[in-house]
Amino acid sequence: MSHADGSPTGVIHNIGYRGYDGERLTRRAITLGLYTHSLRGAFGLGRAARSKVVPIGMFVVLLLPAVVLAVVAVVGANMGQLDAPVVPYTRYAMIMQAALAIFVAVAAPQAVSLDLRFHSLPLYLARPLERVDYVRAKLAAMTTAVLILLAVPLVVLYLGSLAAGFDAGRESVDVAQALLGAVLFSAVLASLSVLIASFTSRRGFGIAAIVTVLALSYSIVSSLQGVVAFDADNSAAAGWIGLFSPMTLVDGVQVWAFGVTASTPAGPPSDLAGLVFLVVTLGVVALTYWALTRRYRKVKV
Amino acid sequence: MPVISTERLTKRYPGVTALESLSIDVGDGVTGLVGANGAGKSTLIKILLGLTGATSGGARVLGHDIDTEGLALRSRVGYMPEHDCLPGDVSATELVVHLARMSGLPTSAARERAADTLRHVGLYEERYRPIGGYSTGMKQRVKLAQALVHDPDVVFLDEPTNGLDPAGRDEMLALVRRIYTDFGISVLVTSHLLGELERICDNVVIIDGGTLLRSSSVADFTRSSAQLALEVVAEPATALAALRAAGLEVTRDGLLLLVELAGDETYDLVRDVVADHGLGLVRLEPRRHHIAEVFDEEATRVAR
Repeated sequence: MSHADGSPTGVIHNIGYRGYDGERLTRRAITLGLYTHSLRGAFGLGRAARSKVVPIGMFVVLLLPAVVLAVVAVVGANMGQLDAPVVPYTRYAMIMQAALAIFVAVAAPQAVSLDLRFHSLPLYLARPLERVDYVRAKLAAMTTAVLILLAVPLVVLYLGSLAAGFDAGRESVDVAQALLGAVLFSAVLASLSVLIASFTSRRGFGIAAIVTVLALSYSIVSSLQGVVAFDADNSAAAGWIGLFSPMTLVDGVQVWAFGVTASTPAGPPSDLAGLVFLVVTLGVVALTYWALTRRYRKVKV
Repeated sequence: MPVISTERLTKRYPGVTALESLSIDVGDGVTGLVGANGAGKSTLIKILLGLTGATSGGARVLGHDIDTEGLALRSRVGYMPEHDCLPGDVSATELVVHLARMSGLPTSAARERAADTLRHVGLYEERYRPIGGYSTGMKQRVKLAQALVHDPDVVFLDEPTNGLDPAGRDEMLALVRRIYTDFGISVLVTSHLLGELERICDNVVIIDGGTLLRSSSVADFTRSSAQLALEVVAEPATALAALRAAGLEVTRDGLLLLVELAGDETYDLVRDVVADHGLGLVRLEPRRHHIAEVFDEEATRVAR
């Protein structure tokens, strides 16, 4: 505090001011800068140490089972017990969805609620980027963050399968499908969570709201599906119910598009249903993008 | 080319008119934008930056149209918002580097400029600590630094002395003045305190209720009035009588005697009277107005 408010102004004077005549980046490059800054922020990098705990923790939680499964695959194959991965790649996101939900619930408010709470938006909007650039950068950063979280374990699983000597061609196709699915999971989770977070300046509310929406919708949908599929023995209706929670929605697309095992009691009952699942998935992403741009067009600065 | 020029700029909110057909030209130097709270100062700045749209009319900043050339305009303008806008959990250095990049500076240049600028505004070791723990004075400095970090051609400072104690106020005002004299960056600074702006501004624009009250140089505002201020060793009452006896129009203002100035001969006459009566001259000078007086006059005239 030696220089606090009573700092010697004469010293400032002597250093002299230097202007800046160097390069100035374009709007696109600035948006890219905001994207990388937000992506780092999603993992707590460049923020206080306590901001890193949850994101890095969830990253580890998602990665550890993949490491274990990869080791199991190698050991199992050597013992002649296994000729395919224990868990299909496409099911990994569904199995680990609790960790995913916690991650987005913490990262999305970190990305947008803080700027609302501290009223920092004017600092951005008074600079050479537009409101829509801000929305795009934040959405893209969250999507990338979730994708990293999902893709790294998938790659670990894949490497395990290769090391175990499973059919390389088949494994490559399977993991590619799962990675495509991961892109959809990331886009849907990121869009919904950023949209929810953009309506509150309180990080706690954001976290609670996102966890509630994701966990509640999944538990209601999956238990309804169970009741309809097994008790009422109507798997077609159970399949359609999957439309109503983000995780089962994207899982439905995977089931239909790649013909993989459903992680829910029932997948889309027909090709038409599968197509509807895909359209709804893309629709959710498009609609949240539209809603976010509207939200930020109106936000007062 | 004027730094800022507005053309019949109007902003209406539901139920309130913030700006009413405002046409002003602002040139180089430090320009004070004065008005009571709610006079439309902040609204004007936000419109100039494109943060909010005008209802009608137009404006140009540094020759860039606010409606069509917002990006080019904002890359050459710095903005210090009135209210708290700093995240609490990052350090001043991190924030200012980040915002420099958001203004289009490459990373290495952003680091260098951020360090320089923070030093210029008077933040040293504390710039590595989280902003949440800063005093109001330090926060104001960070806000100023982020407005200057990209070396703009003009900065808009919205109430930079808000919340500061008298010493902090003086330092901030000195800093604002230096932005133009030492850094060569034109300044538009708002305040509801005229006395502050009088000290640091070259020009003053006074708005009230969203309309232009007056725009002119500080020198014009504080031009000599047609009075001489006189202070003497002798009793003011004695001197008053002596001066009146010599045929001068004199009024008394505390220890000061105010003599109506008829021409250069008034100086001679006063000198002679003082010498003849042995009043003991302490001070004889043309009396200057303060902007506040002009403002009061005009404000009351508008009110009527």
